[in-house]
Amino acid sequence: MEILPILSTLRRHKITAFLVIIEIALTCAIVCNAVFIINQRLDRMNMQSGVDEHNLLHIELADIGVTKDEKARTAEDLAALRQIPGVAQVASLNQVPFGNSSSNAGIKLDPKQNLSTLNATMYSGENIGPGLGLQVIAGRDLQPDDFMDFDVVMRAVHARDTKSIPHVIMITQNMAQRLWPGQQALGKQIYLSDIPLTVVGVVKELVRPSIGDDAAKSYSMILPMREARGVYVIRTASPQDRDRVLAAALAKLKEINPHRVVLKKHTFDDMRHDFFQNDRAMAGLLVGVCVALLVVTALGIVGLGSFWVAQRRRQIGVRRALGATRSNILRYFQTENFLLATIGIAVGMVLAYGINLLLMVHYELPRLPAIYFPVGALLLWVIGQLAVLGPAMRAAAVPPVVATRSV
Amino acid sequence: MFAYYLDLAFRSLRRNTMLTALMVLAIAVGIGASMTTLTVTHLLSGDPLPGRSQHIFYPQVDPDPKRTDDKEPYDKLDYQSAVDLWSAHRADRQAIVVDSRLKLSDPASGAPPVMSMMLSTTSDFFPMFDVPFQYGGAWSAQDDVSRARVAVISADLNQKLFAGANSVGRTLRLRNSDVRIVGVLKPWRPSPQFYMVAGGRFANGDTSDYYSKTEDVITPFFTGLEINDGSFWQFTCWSLPARTGHLQDAPCVWLGLWVQLDNAAKVADYRRFVADYAAQQKALGRFTHAGNTRMRSLMEWLDFNGVVPSDVRLQTWLSFAFLTICLFNTVGLLLAKFLRRSGEIGVRRALGASRAAVFAQCMVESAVIGLIGGLFGLLLTLLGLWLVRQQPVAYADLARLDVPMFLLTFVLAVGTSVLAGVLPALRACRVAPAWQLKTL
Repeated sequence: MEILPILSTLRRHKITAFLVIIEIALTCAIVCNAVFIINQRLDRMNMQSGVDEHNLLHIELADIGVTKDEKARTAEDLAALRQIPGVAQVASLNQVPFGNSSSNAGIKLDPKQNLSTLNATMYSGENIGPGLGLQVIAGRDLQPDDFMDFDVVMRAVHARDTKSIPHVIMITQNMAQRLWPGQQALGKQIYLSDIPLTVVGVVKELVRPSIGDDAAKSYSMILPMREARGVYVIRTASPQDRDRVLAAALAKLKEINPHRVVLKKHTFDDMRHDFFQNDRAMAGLLVGVCVALLVVTALGIVGLGSFWVAQRRRQIGVRRALGATRSNILRYFQTENFLLATIGIAVGMVLAYGINLLLMVHYELPRLPAIYFPVGALLLWVIGQLAVLGPAMRAAAVPPVVATRSV
Repeated sequence: MFAYYLDLAFRSLRRNTMLTALMVLAIAVGIGASMTTLTVTHLLSGDPLPGRSQHIFYPQVDPDPKRTDDKEPYDKLDYQSAVDLWSAHRADRQAIVVDSRLKLSDPASGAPPVMSMMLSTTSDFFPMFDVPFQYGGAWSAQDDVSRARVAVISADLNQKLFAGANSVGRTLRLRNSDVRIVGVLKPWRPSPQFYMVAGGRFANGDTSDYYSKTEDVITPFFTGLEINDGSFWQFTCWSLPARTGHLQDAPCVWLGLWVQLDNAAKVADYRRFVADYAAQQKALGRFTHAGNTRMRSLMEWLDFNGVVPSDVRLQTWLSFAFLTICLFNTVGLLLAKFLRRSGEIGVRRALGASRAAVFAQCMVESAVIGLIGGLFGLLLTLLGLWLVRQQPVAYADLARLDVPMFLLTFVLAVGTSVLAGVLPALRACRVAPAWQLKTL
């Protein structure tokens, strides 16, 4: 197929050619970035939590309040929950992954440091490891004699009584690697405010209750403090028990004290679903925009293609009369579209890169991976060819006899 | 002449319905997308106190001994600083704000308690923020000091507990204390819930919670601290507090202070007052550094906190890019449409129509397409806003079309199509009549 005649034709139709090119370029640039953002969001939604999600239930009760017997009541609650058939583990803790409310603290490697090395979230509560289904990959889980009561610890901290303050801590693998890259974390010390804590265990993964910066999503530590805040996690033996266990647990807790308000009661699957609802909505919206963009662009190519064919009916007739076959005509329009799409894609790639740079500055997105460029190009080539097929077939159907009319 | 062009435009649009439909669709979809996001952005970035916001300020000092002057102070104040600044009464109006969760019930009905948010503030809050009352009114300045057990409730809560009746004088149980209702608000939904905005720079763009509904119950500040002692959340602490939830003497920041300053001289005076206060606290040894004070106006504060969620901003950019593509698409299609009629245009020109007349005719046709596209775009905008309202975000209930946005829909639609029509119309009016007539 000769390209030169096509180019010389295009030079006579600069505006139309320019419009097709710019439309393809803009679509290419936006779709590349939109798909990239969609993938980012999907990655986020599939974030590992490190807990046995399909077996976990979360119940939060309000206003056990500052009553004198809160520890006794928590013990009673836990004992009752353990009795429910289908319950494997229970834990009373201070916060839960994807729970959105968290307590965090700055961590130092040296108590004399002015600024903290990193900010990590603090989980505390007895039986968190088995209760959440955490995987301890180095060292040991926290043991019963590591534990102290939360209120006792708080008083001790204030009174500077180091005896009643925990001395050991578990942290996540990610946090360990960030603190001591390439080194063994076990036995090392971190400082919470000026309290020294020795790392005795490393868990594979434990995501934070609320995630600001994705890079810090698993900077979590587990402190050996008993909690009595009415936040319970129940781990069931198998996922199909969940609904039954949740209903039974709520009934049981109501029975123990009917004056409590149930703040939250849900499975971890629901918590994950709720936690990422914004990401899901955004991804859905972007998919919609991409489809709409591609459709609008395709329709634009169809419209302009039809116009072009109608405008050139006579020339096509002449070519046919001079011996061009139908497939010659078909190829002509297809090649023309291919050329325009190629220029559009080339411009679009540069634009896509530019938009990505802007997004990197304003929305803290990473760099667009190179794989998006060939895939985007292929997609637009295919759409261009499909869109031009109709008008090109109509062009190929122009009979040679048109050439003899009104010349 | 205009009526004639309009008639011609409709005829021409009917002649090629496919092409017309394509153009109308492109404009409608582009308008629908951009107006939906623009409406949301407009609602979220608006001034929550139009006409007053320039007089409202948010003073900050830095009580953290470990920090230095070159950093941004914390977004909230510690108890001592907030109460000192408030009780000096150096501004035209001043109010401390803090919110907390608590169990709330109507002791008369015996219904089970519900968890609600309580705002604890001082009496100036209501006149300063122009809060509308349905029944009763605010408590007095004396009630602030004497820790009166009184409360103002929201229209929502009044509807829920008292079926909308005048409940002034009735009793409400907040946690374990009874308070007397002195006022019931009219529906009040500032967007954002500006007086509680803080910490936006740590939110990573996820700021949709700033558009939450206002609290159900409002109590005097000191009363609230007593009633709900042990349930207050710190913004942050520089060392561990002795008791969780009781922050009056804790090394923590957790209170917001808003002041109203009616003219520039007072603003300058108050800035000096805050700086002097910090210097005095440093002299007393409570602050280690004094230079780190700020006082932003309400809109500056919202801007500093980046209250419009980054997803919403991203969506707005995206939809305008989308509209641009629709614009180019329409340019192409209009070009096709006008040039296809070169013969007709040639005849009109030969019969004496000027270039300007042909141009005007083409522009009228573009505008008609824009108008029809705008009409469909309006429907799509309404659909889009309905979709936003189905989203589980705090600002969902705000997403409605108001009059300016309704008008803007058409302005944008006609503007887009007229802009798209300029180039094709210029080409059309340059058609050479003689050449066209020859080929007819």
